[in-house]
Amino acid sequence: MRAFELESVEAIDQAVSHRRVHDGEAFIAGGTTLLDLVKLDVMQPEKVVDVTRLPLKRIETLEDGRLKIGALVSNTELAKHEIVLRDYPVLSEALLSGASTGLRNMASTGGNVMQRTRCPYFRDPDMPCNKREPGTGCSALDGINRNHAVLGTSEHCIATHPSDMCVGMVAAGATLVLEGPDGQREVAFEDYHLLPGDHPEREHDLKPGELITHVILDTPRGGGQHYLKLRDRASYEFALASCAAIVSLDGDNVSEVRVALGGVATKPWRATAAEEALKGQPATQENFERAADAAFTDAVAYSHNGYKITLGKQAIARALRDATARARA
Amino acid sequence: MTTDTGKTREYNLSAEKPRIDGTLKLTGGADYAADRNLPNQTYGYPVTSTITSGKLVSLELDEALAMPGVLDIFHHDNFDQLSRSPNSFADENLTSEPRLPFEDNEIHYQGQYIALVVADTLNHARAAAMKVKANYERSDEFLTDIKALDRGEGELPGEEQPGDASSIGDADSAFESASVKLDHRYSIAQENHSVMEMHASVAQWENDMLTIYESSQGVVFQRNALSKIFGIPPEKVTVISHFIGSGFGSKLFMWPHAIMTAVAARRLGRPVKTVLSRTQEYLATGYRPTSLQRVRLGADDSGKLLSIHHDGCNESSPAGKHDDTVSGATPKMYDCGGNAAVTNRLVTVNKCPPCPMRAPGEASGNFALETAMDELAVKLEMDPLALRKKNFAAADPTSDLPWSSNHLKECWDDAASRFGWDKRNPTPGAMQDGDEIIGYGMATQSWEAMRQHCSARFGFRADGSLLVACGTQDIGTGTYTIVAQTASELTGIPIEMVDVRLGDSQLPSGPLSGGSMATSTVLPAVSAAFDEALSQLKSLATAEGGVFENADPDTIEIQSGKLVQGDRSVEITQLLADNQLGLIDGEASAQPGDEQNQYSFRSFGAVFVEVRWDPGISRLRVARVVSTIDIGRAINPMTARNQVEGGIVMGIGMGMFEQAEFDQNGYPYNNNLADYILPVNADMPKVEVDLLDYPDYRHNAFGARGVGEIGLTGVAAAISNAVYNATGKRIRDMPISIEKLLSA
Ligand SMILES: Cc1cc2nc3c(=O)[nH]c(=O)nc-3n(C[C@H](O)[C@H](O)[C@H](O)COP(=O)(O)OP(=O)(O)OC[C@H]3O[C@@H](n4cnc5c(N)ncnc54)[C@H](O)[C@@H]3O)c2cc1C
Ligand code: SF4
Repeated sequence: MRAFELESVEAIDQAVSHRRVHDGEAFIAGGTTLLDLVKLDVMQPEKVVDVTRLPLKRIETLEDGRLKIGALVSNTELAKHEIVLRDYPVLSEALLSGASTGLRNMASTGGNVMQRTRCPYFRDPDMPCNKREPGTGCSALDGINRNHAVLGTSEHCIATHPSDMCVGMVAAGATLVLEGPDGQREVAFEDYHLLPGDHPEREHDLKPGELITHVILDTPRGGGQHYLKLRDRASYEFALASCAAIVSLDGDNVSEVRVALGGVATKPWRATAAEEALKGQPATQENFERAADAAFTDAVAYSHNGYKITLGKQAIARALRDATARARA
Repeated sequence: MTTDTGKTREYNLSAEKPRIDGTLKLTGGADYAADRNLPNQTYGYPVTSTITSGKLVSLELDEALAMPGVLDIFHHDNFDQLSRSPNSFADENLTSEPRLPFEDNEIHYQGQYIALVVADTLNHARAAAMKVKANYERSDEFLTDIKALDRGEGELPGEEQPGDASSIGDADSAFESASVKLDHRYSIAQENHSVMEMHASVAQWENDMLTIYESSQGVVFQRNALSKIFGIPPEKVTVISHFIGSGFGSKLFMWPHAIMTAVAARRLGRPVKTVLSRTQEYLATGYRPTSLQRVRLGADDSGKLLSIHHDGCNESSPAGKHDDTVSGATPKMYDCGGNAAVTNRLVTVNKCPPCPMRAPGEASGNFALETAMDELAVKLEMDPLALRKKNFAAADPTSDLPWSSNHLKECWDDAASRFGWDKRNPTPGAMQDGDEIIGYGMATQSWEAMRQHCSARFGFRADGSLLVACGTQDIGTGTYTIVAQTASELTGIPIEMVDVRLGDSQLPSGPLSGGSMATSTVLPAVSAAFDEALSQLKSLATAEGGVFENADPDTIEIQSGKLVQGDRSVEITQLLADNQLGLIDGEASAQPGDEQNQYSFRSFGAVFVEVRWDPGISRLRVARVVSTIDIGRAINPMTARNQVEGGIVMGIGMGMFEQAEFDQNGYPYNNNLADYILPVNADMPKVEVDLLDYPDYRHNAFGARGVGEIGLTGVAAAISNAVYNATGKRIRDMPISIEKLLSA
């Protein structure tokens, strides 16, 4: 592990101005992504700015009914918060399906949004990887890509965004609040993560010097909600395919529906095509499966991950079925 | 020193005892190798090859040497001249990788050591290791996937090993004329040991004496090998391994990191500690080799086996040959009409040498045979358990020797009834529960019962405590505990008063902790040493002026820490005090004898598995495992059951998850614990283990045959058979991953 300078900050403007002055800096919150990658020599910050003392640890309901979550709220706290459990159960389930208890206790909301891909080639500095070192090539394209994406890929990168929490947030609908040297701005959660395209090294819409201060969840959508995560073993593994579903019914018909996917796409994925296919239709297994098919119309399979198309569809159909059952209950 | 084959008596010892070292382990008091810190210590960190095959052309070291804290970097051009160990199992100096570190500039595999950086701290050493640049001449000729060589029919690939081939009767003709025939291929993917305690060496030289603290399943083997490699007498090498956080075979025979560390310590004149990373462990300390197998069964219409052919093929390495002989045990499993033929082949792959991994060979071979038996049952429309019963081998088919003790039939029946096998519907997919389809499967379990030569020391101390010492190890299985239990029961002195010393090559020579033979090997030596020490006590007591002066020693017994003769008794502590002695001890050894030519020794068991398959989301889970095993006498049923349970967990790994993957460039894709999928707690089904209790006194005076490995055998086959019962899909390649289930 390389040595780095560590500095603690007490106020948000301090954190933000620090970043403006220096290059090669990184924030550290829970450290569960950052320190891993520093040890592997994948991230090489010269200076690490500890943001854990910033006053970003609250969860509060705004006047308009939205829920504002501080970037330092831990994954455990967020998953167990009574408002989240009541109004955003899909998010709570998503969080609790991730990592392990110990990691969730350390992991922060902002850090989770910013976690890096688990592509093994990305995590090994000896291997070519366009995301880590632009222009070196993508080892996964011809290599083993069993864990890689089938949606949103490019010829330069096919890595998945690994987060469960973000999938729950995309389904629930959310806004990120960013604080930078030039002030505060808001970005729709869905627009924050970027597709790899020609520049897989650009992963998100965070400008140099900016800090995520909050995530604001849309007003509760009600309905029945469910997060389903499919993987080889029963716990402690990133999703091979996951689905966050929110279904509202009008009689036997689906009046509103949100579908988001994890494990199959290069970013937390909103499956709008699935939503459109199902909205206004009777809530039947056949229609759930049709919606699932629609979500993967543009999917591209690589040498080892074709099974993810089937698995992803299964995740959608089952999550919709179970969310619908909850909507009826 | 006396030698006792242990058959003169039959001890009746068995008790449920928690591990005596449990508290030490829970409180951090157990000194594992990497816990050792010596004054003036330094830290080694290996640099490893990032190519799969070729030559190391040069190393660029300047930047690394200039890094903070770096003391030196060892590599091919500046390494000491050493000799290879003769690598003899019989002479107890076998190593896992005969090639010495940095011996030449050939690169045989990714992860091969190309340098060792030594610095004042671990972080400094690791940071500098990342700065070493290596220039290679890459070779495009390499192999990491033996499956790619298999044509899918006929002979398996690789070089036949004549020593592995064996046959009885005329299997070819019997197969030809059989009315029911089956011919299938099976495979098991490479599995990593994934030991909890990382491999570690801490080496120190004092004058010309080497002491090395190592996580080792064989301190005597490592001592002997180091003595040959450094060309110094064995007395000048001490290997210490007080506690081991599992080895599963990967710590039986020394690996090169220990040699590098010892050389660095000698050159720097300071102790050096090297702890391998998980990735280094995965790439440079062995694995269960990928195996390809072909099984042919011939039977008549009633299900009577007429022939068994079992051909195996496993990976070996240019850096060290390893033969897993997966088919070796097959002819002993069933009465096959006296016709069996087995072979094994090796294919050299560009990986480090494979090595034994829990139930080596047999766990892999058993999977193929027990799956084939299930396929035969399906073909015959016969119950898989009934098929096995019909072919029970009443004696060892390979030698016609009687079994020393064999209660397999009871294992089958006991496990079947506890499992509820009679409720099984043989039609695939017929048992449903909501979204899930239920499948039942079973397999026979088996492992050879071995015993080796062993010495031990047994002492009575003036403070009333006992000293028992043996140069074997406790790899977490409970050897400390059963030795203490035995000493306590032999003397009537409480277990808390027993001081057991293991894991030190200076102690009387003990066996490897492997092959499930520690119990059967060590306890007879302990009792022989006890006899020796007791006879010395008796001599004191009967000597002139002694408490039982002139009494016949045979009339003296030991009870609750006293010597008793008729209605007279004396505390042993008193006896020692009277003679102004601090310790009375005896050393003795024990070894197997003529019984080895009279009986065949083997343990058997039965395992039944329930799987649940949710086809709507392609989710397979093991829901329940029931196993009944006959291991003779369990000296400590609590730790013994725990061994079987652990074996079952590993079997679930083999059947469902574990698979080291290498890409088209030979890159080890899942070289870490996050990407190499092992079962976790949430994958644990309900596991119910029952051990029968039929002491096998033909094997040794304690009646114990050992239990470390048998629990793993059969599990993968039972899972795959249950998957067939649930899905109608026959998966012959382990592990049963989601994509295999989807494409079958
Ligand atoms: C073994 C393991 C298993 C895991 N399994 C899962 C899983 O199943 N599902 C899942 O979703 N996740 C999983 N994770 C990932 C885990 O959720 C993330 O590591 C965690 O959420 C990161 O949060 P952190 O606070 O520790 O981030 P840190 O490591 O502190 O930071 C991560 C990155 O975010 C930046 N950063 C941190 N805070 C901010 C901020 N406020 N504004 C801007 N940038 C910021 C840092 O500079 C750094 O680049 C796993 C992790 C591990 C190690
Ligand atoms: S998939 Fe992306 S992260 Fe992985 S090797 Fe290719 S470019 Fe790098």
